[in-house]
Amino acid sequence: MVEKQTIQPGVAAGVDTTVELCGVRLDNPVVPASGTFGYGNEFKDFYDINILGSFSFKGTTREARFGNPTPRIAECTEGMINAVGLQNPGIDAVIRHELPRLRSFFRKPVIANISGFSVEEYAYCCERIDKQEQVGIIEVNVSCPNVRHGGMSFGTSPEAAAEVTRAVKAVTTKPVFIKLSPNVTDIVAIARACEEAGADGISLINTVLGMRIDVARRRPVIANTMGGFSGPAIFPLAVRMVYQVARACRIPVMGCGGVRSARDVIEMMMAGATAVQVGAANLVNPYASKEIIEALPGEMRRLGIERLSDIIGIA
Amino acid sequence: MMTDKPVNEAMYKRGLYRIEENERLTESVWRMTLKGDTQWITAPGQFVNIALEGHYLRRPISVCDWDDERIVLIYKVVGDGTAQMGRMEAGEDLDLLTGLGNGFSTRIDARRPLLVGGGVGVPPLYGLARRLLDAGRQVGVVLGFNTEAEIFYEEEFRRLGCSVTVATADGSRGVKGFVTTAIAEEKLDFDYFYACGPLPMLHALYNAVEQDGQLSFEERMGCGFGACMGCSCKTRYGNKRICKEGPVLEKGEIIW
Repeated sequence: MVEKQTIQPGVAAGVDTTVELCGVRLDNPVVPASGTFGYGNEFKDFYDINILGSFSFKGTTREARFGNPTPRIAECTEGMINAVGLQNPGIDAVIRHELPRLRSFFRKPVIANISGFSVEEYAYCCERIDKQEQVGIIEVNVSCPNVRHGGMSFGTSPEAAAEVTRAVKAVTTKPVFIKLSPNVTDIVAIARACEEAGADGISLINTVLGMRIDVARRRPVIANTMGGFSGPAIFPLAVRMVYQVARACRIPVMGCGGVRSARDVIEMMMAGATAVQVGAANLVNPYASKEIIEALPGEMRRLGIERLSDIIGIA
Repeated sequence: MMTDKPVNEAMYKRGLYRIEENERLTESVWRMTLKGDTQWITAPGQFVNIALEGHYLRRPISVCDWDDERIVLIYKVVGDGTAQMGRMEAGEDLDLLTGLGNGFSTRIDARRPLLVGGGVGVPPLYGLARRLLDAGRQVGVVLGFNTEAEIFYEEEFRRLGCSVTVATADGSRGVKGFVTTAIAEEKLDFDYFYACGPLPMLHALYNAVEQDGQLSFEERMGCGFGACMGCSCKTRYGNKRICKEGPVLEKGEIIW
């Protein structure tokens, strides 16, 4: 089969947009965030997704999950709340159906986002995904705000986050990023605990716990009452936390939260991110990640940046 | 044996559409005619997702009708976003995702389909009626509204050549009661049905009629194209997304 080439805007413009995440080289730092890009399939109908640095697939658990009751979505000023609750087909269906389908239109290593309700479940899923050649990095989600007795409860204490990290590292040789929650008092302590437990990188931030009320009905908009707030409104919060964690840890950081432009990507990198995830923006504009990648070289030239990796943590 | 309904595999695209007309039909219902690329719309009952200045999420609105270069939308002003649409004028441009969702299938054996619409669920049935008539079907329509002042498109359906029955909840026009009252009282003869309207109407209709049919559902959406999993529902054939495998589901797959 002849593989067609996807032209990288950075190469065409003569600037260097490449970054390296734990030995995985990305053509550019732009990575659609887990939960906003499915398993890639919905976006391939809009554009050739090989332009991406990579993407983090939908949070996957051991068993198939339907998630929370609807409504699961609430609109906010400059953002949205979701309470999907980790709907996914389960790790076996992902390996059997989603990854082979993804291989037919995405040629790069993908980031596997794994969630769980016990330390054993995280380890089980990561051990299964470790054998998948297509997966370049495992992103362990200890920060989902939408499920009880799981998800975020592992990401709100340094000890629990470290325990998950150790369990996962024991079953995989792939780089492991731990995705952290902003809904904590000291994110630096949790990030450092993960680093000491052997994490290869940190992804942050997941969504911020939020809530809306339908004042006409006098009831919460979301059936599950609360949900995860994302979108441009949380960008300053994300930049601050990326900055704090990147300064306190030696391992690389994937920055996430409210990114919607090439300039935001650069700002997040200056705060200390090696790669930058784009989340909610993909949902309101399906071309968002592509447009950000295409705008990066021009923005770099305007700001006098020749090599994007030079600005990581420069602020 | 029933089989899973195939998912619409058509591509969809974002584009700019120019408003040609934006006119009021009733106190709160408006009709907007947009000019632009309509090639991604492949079935009645599909929807477009509209970006509005100052609002983070797009607004999903069902397609009432379309031709090679125009889309007609009928929408109800229910909040800030739709109120903003109501203030827009001819000549302004809107950013739309088109061709979204799995619409009504007109490939049915039925000869005498009945189209049942409630309130702002009526619009997509117009484009459907036109296509069923083109395919030689004898089309009956039942329109349900709260009161006479809210009625729209009764004449438009008649002009197409449909036999139209109107029901109002307060009895100010037509049959007093719901669409199900009208179907029973008028002893409407049909061998298949298509429905779009509020959830209680769909549920009542589902329980009231024996015939097979297709029903169009509504849910709060994040993206409108299947990525966010915000609008999922359970069916007899597994989990589906109202925005992608829906909004139209077959009667036989629905779990209430």
